[in-house]
Amino acid sequence: MDSYLLTLITFVPIVGMTIVLLIKGDNLIKVVSAIFSGIPLALAIRLLRLYDSSTAEFQFVESHSWIPSFNIQYLMGVDGLGVTMVLLTTLLSFLSIFASWGIDRGVKGYFALFLLLQTGMTGVFCALDFILFYVFWEVMLLPMYFLIGVWGGPRREYAAIKFFLYTLFGSVFMLLAILALYFVSDPNTFNMIELMGDKGYGYLFRTLVWWAFFIGFAIKVPVFPFHTWLPDAHVEAPTAISVILAGVLLKMGVYGMLRINYALLPQATAEAAYFVALLGMINIIYGALCAMAQKDLKKLVAYSSVSHMGFCLLGMASFTEPGINGAVLQMFTHGIITGMLFLIVGVIYDRAHHRDIDGFGGLGVQMPIYAGITSLAFFASLGLPGLAGFWAEALVFIGAFNVYRWITIASTAGIVLGAAYLLWTLQRVFLGPLNEKYRTLPEINARELFTLVPLGAIVIVVGIYPKWVIDLFQVSMAGILSYLPVGQ
Amino acid sequence: MQSIGNFESLRYFIPELILSGAILIVLITDLIARGKARGLVTGLTVASLAAATVYAVKLYGVGSALLFTDMIAIDPFAVYFKLLFYVATALVVMVAFISPDTRKVDLGEFAALMLTVALGMSLMASAVDLLMMVIGLEMVSIASYVLAGFLKGNRRSSEAALKYVIYGAASSGVMIYGMSILFGLTGSTNIFGIAEGLAQQEPYRLATLVAIGFILAGIGYKISIVPFHFWTPDVYEGAPIPVTAFLSVGPKAAGFAMMVRVFYSGLSQAGSDGRWLPVAGLDWPSLLAAFAAATMTFGNLAAIPQNNLKRLLAYSTIAHAGYMLMGFVVLSNTGVLAVLFYLGVYLIMNLGAFFVVIAMAKQARGEDISHYRGLVWRSPFLAVAMAAFLFSLIGLPPSAGFIGKLYLFAAVIREKYYWLAVVGVLNSVVSLYYYARILKAMFFDAAETEGRLPVPAAARVLIVVLLVPTVGLGLWWSPLWDLASRSLAFIAP
Repeated sequence: MDSYLLTLITFVPIVGMTIVLLIKGDNLIKVVSAIFSGIPLALAIRLLRLYDSSTAEFQFVESHSWIPSFNIQYLMGVDGLGVTMVLLTTLLSFLSIFASWGIDRGVKGYFALFLLLQTGMTGVFCALDFILFYVFWEVMLLPMYFLIGVWGGPRREYAAIKFFLYTLFGSVFMLLAILALYFVSDPNTFNMIELMGDKGYGYLFRTLVWWAFFIGFAIKVPVFPFHTWLPDAHVEAPTAISVILAGVLLKMGVYGMLRINYALLPQATAEAAYFVALLGMINIIYGALCAMAQKDLKKLVAYSSVSHMGFCLLGMASFTEPGINGAVLQMFTHGIITGMLFLIVGVIYDRAHHRDIDGFGGLGVQMPIYAGITSLAFFASLGLPGLAGFWAEALVFIGAFNVYRWITIASTAGIVLGAAYLLWTLQRVFLGPLNEKYRTLPEINARELFTLVPLGAIVIVVGIYPKWVIDLFQVSMAGILSYLPVGQ
Repeated sequence: MQSIGNFESLRYFIPELILSGAILIVLITDLIARGKARGLVTGLTVASLAAATVYAVKLYGVGSALLFTDMIAIDPFAVYFKLLFYVATALVVMVAFISPDTRKVDLGEFAALMLTVALGMSLMASAVDLLMMVIGLEMVSIASYVLAGFLKGNRRSSEAALKYVIYGAASSGVMIYGMSILFGLTGSTNIFGIAEGLAQQEPYRLATLVAIGFILAGIGYKISIVPFHFWTPDVYEGAPIPVTAFLSVGPKAAGFAMMVRVFYSGLSQAGSDGRWLPVAGLDWPSLLAAFAAATMTFGNLAAIPQNNLKRLLAYSTIAHAGYMLMGFVVLSNTGVLAVLFYLGVYLIMNLGAFFVVIAMAKQARGEDISHYRGLVWRSPFLAVAMAAFLFSLIGLPPSAGFIGKLYLFAAVIREKYYWLAVVGVLNSVVSLYYYARILKAMFFDAAETEGRLPVPAAARVLIVVLLVPTVGLGLWWSPLWDLASRSLAFIAP
């Protein structure tokens, strides 16, 4: 079984989808979905235990010929980066199933699409053949479009098509870049492993191909100025889908940059590194400023993601071990923390039916447990030492400081701004006199706690002992770094 | 090259002979039954097409030869197209049996006309002589005019037919004039003779280019290349839906087949490595590349504001002609192969989309996008099927349409037409916008009328028949790909 572990993790949800389509009864569908989302999580934990983190080699590699005439393979495999992302994906997907328990319209469609989405996401992190990668990348779009468009908020149609158009716009250029790489390689191949390293492409070719990939991934991250789909999609999507969007989908952009731009086109990456760092800084500051201006709690969380993803870019662009490890750690911790934040927003929205930050007040008295968990997530998000968010940002700064001095210094403003908008929000929602309207607001319930507690635990554990996660991908990231030209 | 005498040729002409016989039998049966035997007529038509298909497949083993004193070629290339034509014709005749549009009409005449078009298309795909090409093209055109105006007494249908006739006559005239110039320059109507003639002498560049442009106008009209596309939306909207579905795939494919014969076999020379060189250094590929870019861009942009689904799909077929033209202009076997593959895929997914419109038209009494609101709650089957066909038309994996586009773009990138590839992918993004309008209506909007929408079992079966390959070929496309690869061999001088 272990040699097919990645295939199982990826495709068990599809099996679940088929079953969901065949059975009747809303509750049964939800239970079946939970089971078929739980199995991949259990398998991912097994993967984690079997994974040998002392080598940068791809592991659990499965290779089968798919379409021989075009040299397309079914090639799956993970390195430390992949394992971390698979773990994050399976965990957040499983918890999101429970966050979706309140769905009451079109239950069958919702959970079928959700399971399809999970397969697409997992596949992206496991695929090592370009066509396979692209198929998974696009397969994810379809369920996402419907999940936002059918089950979303008031402006769901606009948000759904905007998300779809932006992402497709990015990915079609990626397709051209994939084909261009295929035709210059000799023998022609879509195998990413074979294409890794500096192949001595000409300046124009490598620059064009690099940008074609970068724009595709930058839209997903999202990097300023391609970020405008994000607030719409995140705000209109149902809670669980926001969690997936922010927790997993954004990571695909950074994952793609590391896996493809960095490993396959190192020379062009070195040439564009300064620009990437600059974009990272803009993301950090611009995202934080936007977040501060928001009145809608969900929109605030959405913009805080823009800000936090900027740290990934800055760390990556430094080409140093701490910087790049910080970037990957940020992918993981941001996934966990922002997942918590969106779940938290969902809890209050289900009760008060609005998300206006100024419309609450004094909820700390009425919902003490909820206030406690929110504080934990907020403090983790603003980078309090001892919680998960701190280490990633610290590593990024350590790595980037010597390379891009003034950019790094400017970026620290993001931390200050982050503290400002998060604490200010905390104060307006939970402190002060209790808003009389909400005297009867019920406390957070067991199901909601079940989705939040595991994430909270991870935030604390990683905060105390970050080495546990860093060890997973450290060697692999050093491997990717070794492709890059030294001394840039 | 083997040239087979007239009488001997009949052995290799069996599919066409079957169709000719079937036309007569269907007409006579219909006359005897006085238009009452709808089922029998449909059955006879489908059976004859099946028989023709079987005999056509046998021709794969024969290899390549010229028939009837070098008028017609039998080669795997022609056989592939015949298979496409017969499958499409059979599917459309079957759907016409249940379509509300053609419920009241005389199916015998309808089927006979469809068979005539099928016969004409077979000739178009295999003709290697300009005269034979004109005969094939006219056979297809004239029968198509009648089919477009088949709803007697329906003003839109009659208008569509009239427009079709006028455009068709004008463009055929221009094409024949262009052919006469080629004949004047080379002294031959045979495409190999023309290739030889153009290669031997110092070419009259202007005259040759004018001739090429005129011929392009005739063929371009059949496959709706911008700027020869004007008839398309009106005719597609006015004609009965089964006819629209048929026109959007059959004659279009036949036009491409003829175009490959004229432009590859006639106006190019085989170079090395599966690439082709334009004869006498005439730069017609650049001209066609511009047409390809214009066709897909115009088709997609014009589709955006359409509210009538038939019109929208009409513009979408124009855009798809543009995509396929990309594979054609790169002048390589990979490009032609990509076009062959795409034609097969396009036939499946486009007919699928039209079949859903037919299944809907029965209930909705119209083809407006607004009639599709909330379809997913009324008939999940139709909504999901339509979504699959539309995703395939957009070119999203895992669907056959994605693979088709993948090969087209691969051919374009391989020959380093980067700008054309960029125009192509941007067009895919634009196309998402208007296809998504249908998706939005079906899935996001609330239904105007409540209650389940009944879908006849026959329509369900036909849609499933197309749905399975639309998704299946997206995951495992070797069968169609291998067939197309086998069919690449077309006779070169």
